[in-house]
Amino acid sequence: MNSIVCLKEVPDTETRIEVRDGKIVEEGIQYVVNPYDEFALEEALKWQEQAGGKVTLVSLGPERARESILKGLAMGADEVYQLADDAFLGGDSFATAKALAAAIRKLGDYDAIFCGRQAVDDDSAAVGIMLAEMLDLPHVSVVSRLDIDTETRTARAERDIEGGKEVVELPLPAVITAQKGLNEPRYPSFRGIRQARTKPFAVWNVADVDLDSQEVGAAGAKVEVVEITPPPERLGGRIIPGEPAEAAKEVVRLLREEAKVI
Amino acid sequence: MGNKVLIVAEQRDGVLKKVAFEMLGVGAELAAALGGGVEAVVLGTDLGSLPDSLAEAGATKVYVADDPALATYSSEGYTQTLAALCERVEPAILLIGATAMGRDLAPRLAARLGVGLASDCTALQIDGERLLATRPIFAGKALAKVKLNGDPQIATLRPNVLAAPEPVTGKTAEVEAIAKAAGESRAKVVQILGAGEGEIDVAEADIIVSGGRGVGGPEGFAPVRSLAKTLRAAVGASRAAVDAGWIEHAHQVGQTGKTVTPNLYIACGISGAIQHLAGMKTSKVIVAVNKDPEAPIFKLANYGIVGDLFEVVPQLEKEFKTLLSE
Repeated sequence: MNSIVCLKEVPDTETRIEVRDGKIVEEGIQYVVNPYDEFALEEALKWQEQAGGKVTLVSLGPERARESILKGLAMGADEVYQLADDAFLGGDSFATAKALAAAIRKLGDYDAIFCGRQAVDDDSAAVGIMLAEMLDLPHVSVVSRLDIDTETRTARAERDIEGGKEVVELPLPAVITAQKGLNEPRYPSFRGIRQARTKPFAVWNVADVDLDSQEVGAAGAKVEVVEITPPPERLGGRIIPGEPAEAAKEVVRLLREEAKVI
Repeated sequence: MGNKVLIVAEQRDGVLKKVAFEMLGVGAELAAALGGGVEAVVLGTDLGSLPDSLAEAGATKVYVADDPALATYSSEGYTQTLAALCERVEPAILLIGATAMGRDLAPRLAARLGVGLASDCTALQIDGERLLATRPIFAGKALAKVKLNGDPQIATLRPNVLAAPEPVTGKTAEVEAIAKAAGESRAKVVQILGAGEGEIDVAEADIIVSGGRGVGGPEGFAPVRSLAKTLRAAVGASRAAVDAGWIEHAHQVGQTGKTVTPNLYIACGISGAIQHLAGMKTSKVIVAVNKDPEAPIFKLANYGIVGDLFEVVPQLEKEFKTLLSE
């Protein structure tokens, strides 16, 4: 079973995000593999262990992302195609999905495409699903459990919905977007880390995926970011003193009389 | 390009999601600025009086796709039918709720129509004839204001953020039956599994009671669950509690969990890691209970109690019970 895993580098969730002059301040940001993409990669590796085949990483992002991609190889992926042309950068979900779709079309020969349910920077949760539509594949998103029947080439997935799960059946090839809880991503082994640097690492530009630079990245984006602002400050910090019984009584009174939420 | 706003009114088991009404509210404002009306489309089967409810909430026209094949949501089935409707009606703006269904549907529909998508928006306005959407990024650590080129302009609206208009009893609207588009969905929902009986999802709750590292173990959630039950609230959790295996991930609030906007968020034994605060700081009112007076959660909380949650939370429950019985 051959899998393609889309991997993005994002700021660590523990990173403080600063906004200056309508933009995110990039200095000082710690970058990591998007946490949901680790669940996607782990799932691909798990199915490779059971059914053979190879795991190919496709990653769109700046040169800088090399270290994060190497982590993916160290976890066990076999090869990588990095879409690192400057023309790919600055895109929205649509332009990014378009570039990934073109690269994946070129690669061919896959049974499943695994993506994270969303990247924790832009939070659009759209690229994987748009990719499915552009490749004319079925998809299932926000998957917290997956079974694949490699004989019949079908998948059965549970996806999280409000207050429960939907069980979805679909034929392969398909796009599957991973939710936290799908699995426990492995840590790279020392051997894996050593081997990562020897694995095939291709860097593709726009021409390599048969697209025009006007179709991808900022030029191909359908969403224009007008401005980025910090969220409104929250004025908290009021401590209600007293013994538990006393403080609890006062808080409940304030919730009714002052905040009027109860 | 038209000047209408079309909203996709999601229903499950014949009940409309609250966000459908919230979208009608903001949709009417956007449509007024464009000089058009706000219309709704509902898909499913045996839809009964749902079109009337949408009319009373302000829809000037309701499209109804009633077909057994649409009874359960499927990404491709709903995409085909809605794409056909959009091509015919040509709305300037298409709004979808940022629910489990809407977040699955909107990207597929946008890609089908060859347009972009503004996901999970918290404010929508018109600026120079075009939609200006505000959406949290980095789980709310920053806000992006975005515009969409191409039509329709598609946005998903985060539930629980905007107010729903008061329904006008007896108000009617034109109802038009539309056909399900031809074609099968390859991905099929074969079963729906409910969560624990009567549990409310954190993403939809008006009140959330959350537990963190301070609860100390799976049993430590007992006072949190008990208070949640009294308040008919959802049970939330921090990443620390989820990663420790004390509670399922569906309860997690924060950057790798759910971003929530309840009226009241009660944080018990949660210190307030950046990624957790990002996911709950737009709650209208926050109460924090923590032993550590230096815990960052207190800086955000409207009301903080420094103390042991195992003493304070049962006291809170007792007081709420007294209040609610009055």
